[in-house]
Amino acid sequence: MTEFLLAVGAFVLATVALGLIRVLRGPADADRMMAPQLLGTGGIAALLLLGAATGMPGAIDVALTLTLLAAFASVAFVKGASEPAEPEPDEGGGG
Amino acid sequence: MTFALAFDCGLAVLILAMAIWTIAARTTFPAVVGFVAYGLLLTLVWMRLAAPDVALTEAAIGGGLTGVLLLGATSRLRATEPPAVSERPSVPFRLAVAGLCTLLSAAIAAVVLLLPDPAPTLAPEAAAKLSLTGVGNAVTAVLLAYRALDTLLESAVLLLALVGVWSLAPDRFWGGAPRSLALRHRDGSLSLLGQVLPPIGIVLGVYIVWVGADAPGGKFQGATIIGAMWVLTMMAGLQTPPEISQAWVRVILVAGAAFFLAVGIAGFWLAGAFLAYPTGFAKSLIVAIEVALTLSVAATLGLLVAGPPARPVRT
Amino acid sequence: MSLLLDIFTVVAVSLGAVFFLAGAVGLLRFPDTLTRLHALTKADNVGLGLIVLGLLPQTERPLAAVKLIVAWLLVQLASGTVSQLIARTARRTEPPA
Repeated sequence: MTEFLLAVGAFVLATVALGLIRVLRGPADADRMMAPQLLGTGGIAALLLLGAATGMPGAIDVALTLTLLAAFASVAFVKGASEPAEPEPDEGGGG
Repeated sequence: MTFALAFDCGLAVLILAMAIWTIAARTTFPAVVGFVAYGLLLTLVWMRLAAPDVALTEAAIGGGLTGVLLLGATSRLRATEPPAVSERPSVPFRLAVAGLCTLLSAAIAAVVLLLPDPAPTLAPEAAAKLSLTGVGNAVTAVLLAYRALDTLLESAVLLLALVGVWSLAPDRFWGGAPRSLALRHRDGSLSLLGQVLPPIGIVLGVYIVWVGADAPGGKFQGATIIGAMWVLTMMAGLQTPPEISQAWVRVILVAGAAFFLAVGIAGFWLAGAFLAYPTGFAKSLIVAIEVALTLSVAATLGLLVAGPPARPVRT
Repeated sequence: MSLLLDIFTVVAVSLGAVFFLAGAVGLLRFPDTLTRLHALTKADNVGLGLIVLGLLPQTERPLAAVKLIVAWLLVQLASGTVSQLIARTARRTEPPA
């Protein structure tokens, strides 16, 4: 069972890698915003498989943390990419 | 263990690819995306190395918070991006940078590869004295008992970082609130997420802090989750960043380091040394310090993301 | 009983992996941002759901099983919201030609 779960983990990681290549190449920033979500979901799957395979303590806690932070990063990515060039308040008047 | 090897090799290739992408990207946003991906992958690496405590920190800090801090920098740098991209450094300069970076990497690799086998370790001694601290997680014992001074200085460094960010504010905004983090296009689904996720996140953050005494977890990881949830409510437009001159903000920010320092000084009389815990009270003091630090670190990280004040004090 | 549970795990986890593959293929093959987003969110969430389902019999304590399910629910909530946000950004920034 250990071997099987690790193999699936490696497989999931490979599919994430494939998707990541596509997402990072863009062309739009909206494509790139998918990266944390893709890695979040795939990373959590790989982490859970790894944890179940090796019986490591805390793997699920790490996965839960990853879930929350990936969601947080995704929202921040949407904000960061869709709201560019916010003028600095102290630069008013071209200073 | 062939599948384990395949897993590790795949992970190593992927993480190297992300590192190269981050360096090679010509503009900041794709580079930050690559960096966040790199952080998430590093979490898996630490799990493979059987270091769940580090994995948890990496997931919280590397995957989430650092990326968001860098994104803040990215959106501020947007205006200067085109001239920066068009300005290509000369070939000798780039060669020199590449050479120096290679030298540094080679030095680090040499240090790791030349370690005697078995590598020197203090782990058995740390584990042997674990019962004296009352905590069950050796990492927590190192952070808050054996090397408590480092952790105290770390919490002070975080405060200094925030003061550094605040000092970027122009004089007329000093003491005011950072600019709103809310998305300009209000979105119903985001305010739903901002209402549903934080309660779960806070429970998980408190759980991670609490469980840190005996299992992988700890104040820094838990605090990052709580801080991230606070920022999420601000991004959803449900809350605005507080004015930094308000007394309660300052009290929360310094509470953790101040309490830690007070316990440390009390150690002179109660246990004979700075930061020494009186026998029998080690675990309860460690947990109390962790709770105080959690609150402060969460607030500090949230305000670090919010950035320098950008509005005058409301009168 | 344990053999049956193991078979269940193998089947569910394998199916989940297939969905991850489908998601990656969709990301690679679909022509524009919105369809790629569709591939990412649909396939990955079913994939993660099946993997979680498959791992449930392998957990030793009930709390671990609850945490597995919570992780999946959190991903559902987050990815549903985030894909809304990404899709709206995509439509705003690149109007259909």
